[in-house]
Amino acid sequence: MSADPLQGLASVGKGQSTRSLLRVIILALIAGAAISSRLFSVIRFESIIHEFDPWFNFRATKYLVANGFYNFWDWFDDRTWHPLGRVTGGTLYPGLMVTSGVIYHALRALTIPVDIRNICVLLAPGFSGLTAWAAYLLTNEMTPSSSAGLLAALFMGIAPGYISRSVAGSYDNEAIAIFLLVFTFYLWIKALKQGSMLWGALCALFYGYMVASWGGYAFITCLLPLHAFVLICMGRYGTRLYVAYTTWYALGTLASMQIPFVGFLPVKTSEHMPALGIFGFLQLLAFLDYVRSAIPSRQFQTFLWLFAGGTFGLGLLGLVIATSAGFIAPWSGRFYSLWDTGYAKIHIPIIASVSEHQPTAWPAFFFDLNMLIWLFPVGVYLCFQQLADEHVFIVVYALFGSYFAGVMVRLMLTLTPVVCVAAAMAVSALLDTYLSAKSPEPQEAQAAESSEGKKATKSGLRSTSKPVVGVYGLWGKSMMVSALAVYLLVFVLHCTWVTSNAYSSPSVVLASRMPDGSQHIIDDYREAYQWLRQNTHEDAKIMSWWDYGYQIGGMADRPTLVDNNTWNNTHIATVGKAMSSREEVSYPIMRQHEVDYVLVVFGGLLGYSGDDINKFLWMVRIAEGIWPDEVSERAFFTPRGEYRVDGEATETMKNSLMYKMSYYNYNNLFPPGQAVDRMRGARLPEVGPTLNTLEEAFTSENWIIRIYKVKDLDNLGRDHASAAAFDRGHKKKKVTKKRGPRVLRVD
Amino acid sequence: MAPKQRNAAAPSSTAAAGPSPAATATPSSPSSPAAVPKSAIAKTTHAGSIQSWDKIVNNVLTHYLDTTPQRTKLLDAFMAFLVAVGALQFLYCILAGNYPFNAFLSGFSATVGQFVLTASLRIQTTEANKGDFPSVSPERAFADYVVCSLILHFFCVNFIN
Repeated sequence: MSADPLQGLASVGKGQSTRSLLRVIILALIAGAAISSRLFSVIRFESIIHEFDPWFNFRATKYLVANGFYNFWDWFDDRTWHPLGRVTGGTLYPGLMVTSGVIYHALRALTIPVDIRNICVLLAPGFSGLTAWAAYLLTNEMTPSSSAGLLAALFMGIAPGYISRSVAGSYDNEAIAIFLLVFTFYLWIKALKQGSMLWGALCALFYGYMVASWGGYAFITCLLPLHAFVLICMGRYGTRLYVAYTTWYALGTLASMQIPFVGFLPVKTSEHMPALGIFGFLQLLAFLDYVRSAIPSRQFQTFLWLFAGGTFGLGLLGLVIATSAGFIAPWSGRFYSLWDTGYAKIHIPIIASVSEHQPTAWPAFFFDLNMLIWLFPVGVYLCFQQLADEHVFIVVYALFGSYFAGVMVRLMLTLTPVVCVAAAMAVSALLDTYLSAKSPEPQEAQAAESSEGKKATKSGLRSTSKPVVGVYGLWGKSMMVSALAVYLLVFVLHCTWVTSNAYSSPSVVLASRMPDGSQHIIDDYREAYQWLRQNTHEDAKIMSWWDYGYQIGGMADRPTLVDNNTWNNTHIATVGKAMSSREEVSYPIMRQHEVDYVLVVFGGLLGYSGDDINKFLWMVRIAEGIWPDEVSERAFFTPRGEYRVDGEATETMKNSLMYKMSYYNYNNLFPPGQAVDRMRGARLPEVGPTLNTLEEAFTSENWIIRIYKVKDLDNLGRDHASAAAFDRGHKKKKVTKKRGPRVLRVD
Repeated sequence: MAPKQRNAAAPSSTAAAGPSPAATATPSSPSSPAAVPKSAIAKTTHAGSIQSWDKIVNNVLTHYLDTTPQRTKLLDAFMAFLVAVGALQFLYCILAGNYPFNAFLSGFSATVGQFVLTASLRIQTTEANKGDFPSVSPERAFADYVVCSLILHFFCVNFIN
């Protein structure tokens, strides 16, 4: 797996055709390694869609396959966001679903009967092989050494930073988007180097495909103009840049506007304005370039001042007018949170509540990239040494990507390709230096030295002008090479370990170890969703926190109130309010939204950390953002500022619907007074909470999922509290006490 | 190149000294070496910016008419036409509103895109730029142009609603 045998083989095969054959075989092997290292989850568990978002993609793909492309395009989904519904066809990136739909129909046409689920599960590993190939192509544009490309393909194939989003079953937009990202960059470099319209158009087409696949396309939209801008600032404006950039922009923008979800954004939002600005700027430069060739330089200066001043004034005026008149939308919240990491926490809790939008902790870089992270600067340095247009691209991409990877965890994904490319350049430079066994003859060296001597007196650094200084002993070389080989092997070990331990859990199915070391599968999620599917009416509305919306839609096939699309903050806040308020407040909300069942996730019995009590504060915060008078985050903390669930918990906490649903009947599992929440390590009060408006419908084997049925209105017109008290056998006296002061007259 | 520039500079300065700075004089009289010091004097006088502006425009025109082959002029005419059409559309958008915004956008970007592609074709087929495009022959450039235009218009028609 390390580069050594590759290098050795490459030097054995001297002929051109042998080499290209070897290259193809090596690339195929790398693709095979990339695919097979992503199959841990399929082997350990089964061929299943992972996590949350993939379930929606899977559901949409099934809809596409069943109903055809046009129905999919116009899909209005009334089974999510009840009662609002969602214009799903116009609010998703269709690239992923269309890709798997095409593969499905192609295989069908070849009379290979294959389940759409298996295509969806294996799509990401399949595309990772293509990504490795794209990384090979991109690196080959940077350096003449072909081993760098193969190394880059290898790194790209097994780097955990990319595997994290592309294991089998992780059927998410990123699965194909990273391939498209790298390939678009390759085409851009190609277009820039050749100055060819055709490559520019291909770049635009793949950019369009990228826009159709992932919201992260804005990264390309910003990076290419930035590259062009840096080139212009370095005085490297040329006709090739003009041809490549303008072709890409003109075609690519049109292509991106074909996606209904993107629509007019490229001409309206500020994220896309740099690309437009550079486009206009290049027109000016091309014109100035022509004029400069036509008139003498002195006149050109006058011309330049007049022209540039006029254009700048006009442009500024236009921008001010457009912004004040509202033609250009202000920057969106997610954009602000890229610059100010505290912004989202203050202003938009719904963005901050997603864990992958958190800033990256520094060990994550090492965890995801291992030795590549310290080879990365070396590669960037090598780029600085040559600094042709394409190397500037790597430098710009490295800076840009590093910053954004530091701001948001998920953007590690966009950094990984450039790290792989740069690190591969560094490693191949090392290997090329130390693997060549021949050393120069002493006379040759002297001759070279004497011929260089004259030049050396002129140029400053002696060492740079003397090419023959170096290590030529076989001993030193072999030491160096074997050290590098050990690093590469350790890298492979690390990648495999990370993939197997950290990134291969479906999170729908949990695994634990029995005392004897055998694996124990915890399958509560599917148990509960299956229960919903079999025991509830087809149109029963399920209320849950938005994290589980896609899974309920995908696995249980029941309408939900909110899901992971999070397009309507108010609706989510409504659910948050229902969860965090007293029953008397929540019940009308649930009635208004026709909720039939409420689903909560409870990890107290098992010690499962991703449960709703741990997410509860986000519900409170989001609800507080809309109803600051009725929901207050402070009321959920004890006077000492602790978030507690035991006997010391605040009254607000104890009376909230979420708390009651989580701990309802929980103390019956334990001997009296010994109920313990294993997740939070808290001893619960002896008397559990009472529920008046809900009744327990289902609790899964390990209590992870609890489903409650919303009671209908009481037949006798009592309120639920008194009806429930009556059922429990309390005397009516308690009811009269609750009635309060007598009202004499009611208008 | 240098004498030509000087020659080109001369007639405009004489024309600027007269009452009517007409551009008609530019191609006819390219030889008046005595005017070279005169142009330097003219620069020092006030209202020099307008005069030098005229001069520059004249120079560019002369250069253009002298050095551009007929085919390239055809391309330029097409580009001028595209600019006119684009300006017209933009004017309409400002005056009459952008109601079918899809239609406006696709129409406008069709002109812009075609303009850009034509400019690229013009750049790639110009003799002076040959060194920049070692892999693009004029025939290849034209084939690229056709393919790109097809893609462009496919998107425009699809977007027009």
